[in-house]
Amino acid sequence: MNIVRLIDFLRDRLKTVIRLCYAVLALLVLADIVRWALTPATHEAATEGGEHAAGAWAALYRISETAPGFWSAFGFVACALIIILSKWYGHRGIMTREDYYNE
Amino acid sequence: MSNFWIHPALIMFVGAALLPLVPERLRKGFLLLVPMLAFARVMSLDHGLFGQVAFAKWTLTFGRVDKLSQIFGYIMTLMAIIGTLYGLHVKRVGEHIAAWIYVGGSLGAIYAGDFITLFVFWELMALSSVFLIWFRGRKESLSAGYRYLLVHMTGGVALLAGIVIHYHETGSLAFVALNVTHAGLSTYLIATGFILNAAVPPLHAWLPDAYGEATFNGSVFMCAFTTKTAVYALIRGVPGLEILVPLGVIMALYGVVYAVLENDCRRLLAYHIISQVGYMVAGVGLGTELAINGACAHAFAHILYKGLLFMGCGSVLHMTGESKFTKLGGLYKKMPLTFVFTLIGGLSISAFPLFSGFVSKSMIISAGFDDHKFWVGFLLLLASAGTFLHTGLKVPYFIWFGKNNCEKKTWEKAADPGWNMIAAMAIAAFLCIFIGCYTPYLYRMLPYNVPYHPYTLPHISETLQILLFTALGFFLLLKKLEPEAVISLDLDWFYRKGGAAFLWVARRPIQAIDSFVGEIYRIVGLKGLMGTARSVGEFDNAVIDGAVDGFAGGFKRLGASLRRVQRGAVQENLMVAFAIAALILVALIFVF
Repeated sequence: MNIVRLIDFLRDRLKTVIRLCYAVLALLVLADIVRWALTPATHEAATEGGEHAAGAWAALYRISETAPGFWSAFGFVACALIIILSKWYGHRGIMTREDYYNE
Repeated sequence: MSNFWIHPALIMFVGAALLPLVPERLRKGFLLLVPMLAFARVMSLDHGLFGQVAFAKWTLTFGRVDKLSQIFGYIMTLMAIIGTLYGLHVKRVGEHIAAWIYVGGSLGAIYAGDFITLFVFWELMALSSVFLIWFRGRKESLSAGYRYLLVHMTGGVALLAGIVIHYHETGSLAFVALNVTHAGLSTYLIATGFILNAAVPPLHAWLPDAYGEATFNGSVFMCAFTTKTAVYALIRGVPGLEILVPLGVIMALYGVVYAVLENDCRRLLAYHIISQVGYMVAGVGLGTELAINGACAHAFAHILYKGLLFMGCGSVLHMTGESKFTKLGGLYKKMPLTFVFTLIGGLSISAFPLFSGFVSKSMIISAGFDDHKFWVGFLLLLASAGTFLHTGLKVPYFIWFGKNNCEKKTWEKAADPGWNMIAAMAIAAFLCIFIGCYTPYLYRMLPYNVPYHPYTLPHISETLQILLFTALGFFLLLKKLEPEAVISLDLDWFYRKGGAAFLWVARRPIQAIDSFVGEIYRIVGLKGLMGTARSVGEFDNAVIDGAVDGFAGGFKRLGASLRRVQRGAVQENLMVAFAIAALILVALIFVF
């Protein structure tokens, strides 16, 4: 099976694959920085949606429109938050033994 | 009066009624033919009002065809083809009949132009889909099915009460947008009926309970029809109802949290339905043209990728008999094709560029930002990260890679499923990618003409950053995510464990509700409708000895006998009874 061979091929070179993945992540952030550096005009223009709105969410929106790499940080923090908070919540008694409902 | 207008639902009903009579060697062809005919019928519909019949002092409209009903009719019949193909090898005719009546109920509700028609088909969906749970045949399936019925009957009562009050207030039964700026009791009751079916917390716990317990192909049907018909009803009935925005956002996050804790892959997917429908509900609440378009587009895309995911996990369950992460793992060598298809579903739901979710989900998020509701946009993006984390990463990783927890028996049984299941997954996977790559296909069907371009550089960059850094987080925190052999308590605890009072209710739920509904019917003089509703539920004994003790008797017996006799005469009798019931229903509704 070709799919299996491809997966095995990649698994045998796991170190290289992981390095490649890191490279992709780095490139992604780099590209975002380049985009930001090349389009200075958007610094003002991009805030049109949120410039009049007040509050923390609006502030966050303005940051998201200007700061390079914002969404990388957002993705990582979101992931960590979801895992840690959910597990914390689950271990407060929400997760229970599998036969809990059996009489 | 256009008496010869053929309703797409009618094709499904007649097909279901004829199915037991079709000889076995022709059955597979017939199984494919009927949903295809329904699909072709939907494609050939002209816009307008059809199938209008006088009923007592009202005019019932069975066929309101416009852009909104068409996009939902299109995707529902398309999914009926895929779902039937996926279960093509299932020998038990009753399962196909139940699924088709369920599809017909959904189509009936979608094309309904008045509240009475809507309500009848709405209830029909619950009554037929419960069989998809019961046919699993486990002891747990029986009680899960009863709980499913109980909850949906309650929702039906809320909906009916809302309709009755609405009628008294306005004198109209037309199913059009209700007054949401000065929403009164009737609007909220109707909306409650809708959001229960859409599984909005706190009225959501029925969904993972039922979908995790249904048959391997029953869940494929269930994941598409109930919640998305409810989304349609919300779009039609209460667009712009403010409260739906926070509810939708809570839903999107709630599903994600429980998905972290879940050990059963199908229950995990079920929690992600709640999460994804949250986007649509929020979109309906925002109510702008872009948001409504987004809700429609996302429902369309969602039906395909969620169907695909349930087919992938259903294949694992079907082949190995296991659906728990703690009993699976490392299966890529055994089920490579299933892995690839499930991954495509996972990438679609996660909204990767070039996959369907990317072009639909972002519409709703953009609508939130455009409306200056920044919190909506950010929290929905947070939920997107969670979606990828689970459906794109956790599901594939812990089933096909990760630690191999398979018992010897599981491992030996594991293999890619039969041709029809593979073909159904391949079609769904193709459509997921096609929608993502060729946007006009989906966008042309949307109800409003709002230009939207998902493929802009900032949007692609933003999406890739969020998703890939979520992936980084996943692999760094992999240890914390190891599945645990537990179940998670949800709000269904209240009706499963909530003390003696609830036990009493649970023991006699349907009788109580039935007499309550009966009372309402009696008060408002809807006796005739009651007859229809009763014959839907009762087929078994109604035909023989008339209405004596309501739904409960018939259903209790049916459920119990389904469980007791796995294979045998009861099934055959049931099928016949079911077919007769379908015929009676068709007769009642269409010949009236």
